[in-house]
Amino acid sequence: MKLLVPIKQVPDTATQVKIGADPKGIDTAGITWIVSPYDEYALEEALRIKEKRGQGEVVAVTVGPERAKEALRSCLAMGADRALHLCDPAWENADSLTVARALAAVIKQEAPPLVLFGRQAIDDDMGAMPAQVAEVLGWPCASWIMEETISEDGKSVRAGRQVEGALEIFTIPLPCVLSAQKGLNEPRYPTLKGIMGAKKKEIKDVKAADLGLAADGAQLLVVALEALPPRPPGRIIPGEPAEAVKELVRSLREDAKAI
Amino acid sequence: MASAFWCIVEDDRAGRPKKVTGEVLGEAARLARQLGGQAEAVWLTDKATDEGLKQLAEWGAARVWLLENPALAPYRGEVWTPALAELAAKQAPQGIFGAVTARQRELLARLAARVGVGLSADSVAFSLQDGKLVATRPVYAGKLLSKVTWSKPPWLATLRPNVFRLEDPKTGATPQVERPAVAIPQGTMTLAERKEEASTGLPELAEADIVVSGGRGMKGPENFAILEELAKVVGAAVGASRAAVDAGWRPHRFQIGQTGRTISPKLYLGFGISGAIQHLAGMRTSKIIVAVNKDPEAPIFKVADFGIVGDLFEVAPLLTAEFKRLLEK
Repeated sequence: MKLLVPIKQVPDTATQVKIGADPKGIDTAGITWIVSPYDEYALEEALRIKEKRGQGEVVAVTVGPERAKEALRSCLAMGADRALHLCDPAWENADSLTVARALAAVIKQEAPPLVLFGRQAIDDDMGAMPAQVAEVLGWPCASWIMEETISEDGKSVRAGRQVEGALEIFTIPLPCVLSAQKGLNEPRYPTLKGIMGAKKKEIKDVKAADLGLAADGAQLLVVALEALPPRPPGRIIPGEPAEAVKELVRSLREDAKAI
Repeated sequence: MASAFWCIVEDDRAGRPKKVTGEVLGEAARLARQLGGQAEAVWLTDKATDEGLKQLAEWGAARVWLLENPALAPYRGEVWTPALAELAAKQAPQGIFGAVTARQRELLARLAARVGVGLSADSVAFSLQDGKLVATRPVYAGKLLSKVTWSKPPWLATLRPNVFRLEDPKTGATPQVERPAVAIPQGTMTLAERKEEASTGLPELAEADIVVSGGRGMKGPENFAILEELAKVVGAAVGASRAAVDAGWRPHRFQIGQTGRTISPKLYLGFGISGAIQHLAGMRTSKIIVAVNKDPEAPIFKVADFGIVGDLFEVAPLLTAEFKRLLEK
């Protein structure tokens, strides 16, 4: 079974991000880049499906600039068999719908029965991609899944999606899109052998023309990035715990009117 | 109506809309008024109730578009999206808003792709500039804000719960209910089982007005009972930091932060939480932040409105007792 895992390269969670000279984007100087953490759950799940079924192919895909190859290389080191790099000026400053159309086009070419996403990329935190790709393809999708089992005949998947207060388990005919929530699995670390082997695996460049896509203008336009408004300075309440607690509750009640 | 703002109803699956829908209607009504339009509710459900419809009118829905069909429960994107898109194509609303909930975050994304328009997910503020909507949304784990706009309507957005105000209720308002004829596909995915989470008897994390949260300083899973005591007294939900979740002390669904839930309660109380940047991402938009930590250098004190430097095992029970005393008055 072929399993396709779209991933995104994002700044590390601990990285300070600064607004760039063009305020529509960030200053990328000095940033440490990683594979978005939710994408690692998706990739891990794909690798486990392949291992469990004893055969298959895991393909990592990304839309991004040249540096995004590093993220694909990390996926290959984790165990993906090959990678596709959608890299074209047409996708610079693309919004989620443009990227969704590009991914859907490459998915049509590759024709995998299952596409596994992370629930969202932790840079723009839009979380729209899995659902949008499913919509463009006309496939069913289950978001924020915590468990999945593919039927023996490979025709359907049982997947549990996290909703408020419950897990809803669906039987979904393949092909379909799933998006991974934290807790689905514990992603593996690449082994030294994996890292060495990744260097020999294929990362294929794909251009917009290869997918028969014409440039479509972004529908959602970034006006500007802004720094957070500073929170008003706080107050450390001094004193013995019993007095401090009394004063805190009084402040919450009378000054902040929070309770 | 051309400048109608639609609000997708989030319900309790038993015919009653949730409070977050009141918040979405409130914001939609404020924006629509500026454009000479109105807020309208769109309710996709297997079963609506009269009380539910009345509630929507009281929250400010000038009209309720009701799609009632057994195939609409449980939520499935492949079923809801074409139905909603068909209605939107006929009625041409100016905006379509949803709440950041499990089903609506997926629905609005699918709808945006189907209609071919932009989506601002997890929006925390809106303004109208020269008659065009501009949304503000946190990005990079809440480290920055992004202002976005749309190249064409309908303007699609999801709104973060607990951020937007309800309008003053229009007590006694009668809903104007429309039951449009729309094709409802049967769908291909089928619900096999619904596993309810063990009830904590406490409010849902994202919806709670007050959240009590514990981190590495809790030292072990058993100590969360101290926070549950406090939570019971004030009607709060209990959350946890990534450190506490990764240690296996709390299930992941209670994690607050970049790889967990984002919350904006009226009051957030953090115990033994250092305030790593990825945790702050999940709670920075809380209205009042209280931190209790024995380390005076803990970064959480930089965002806290009130802090106590001290031992949480001493402070938390005192706080429970003091809240109890206050609320019994």
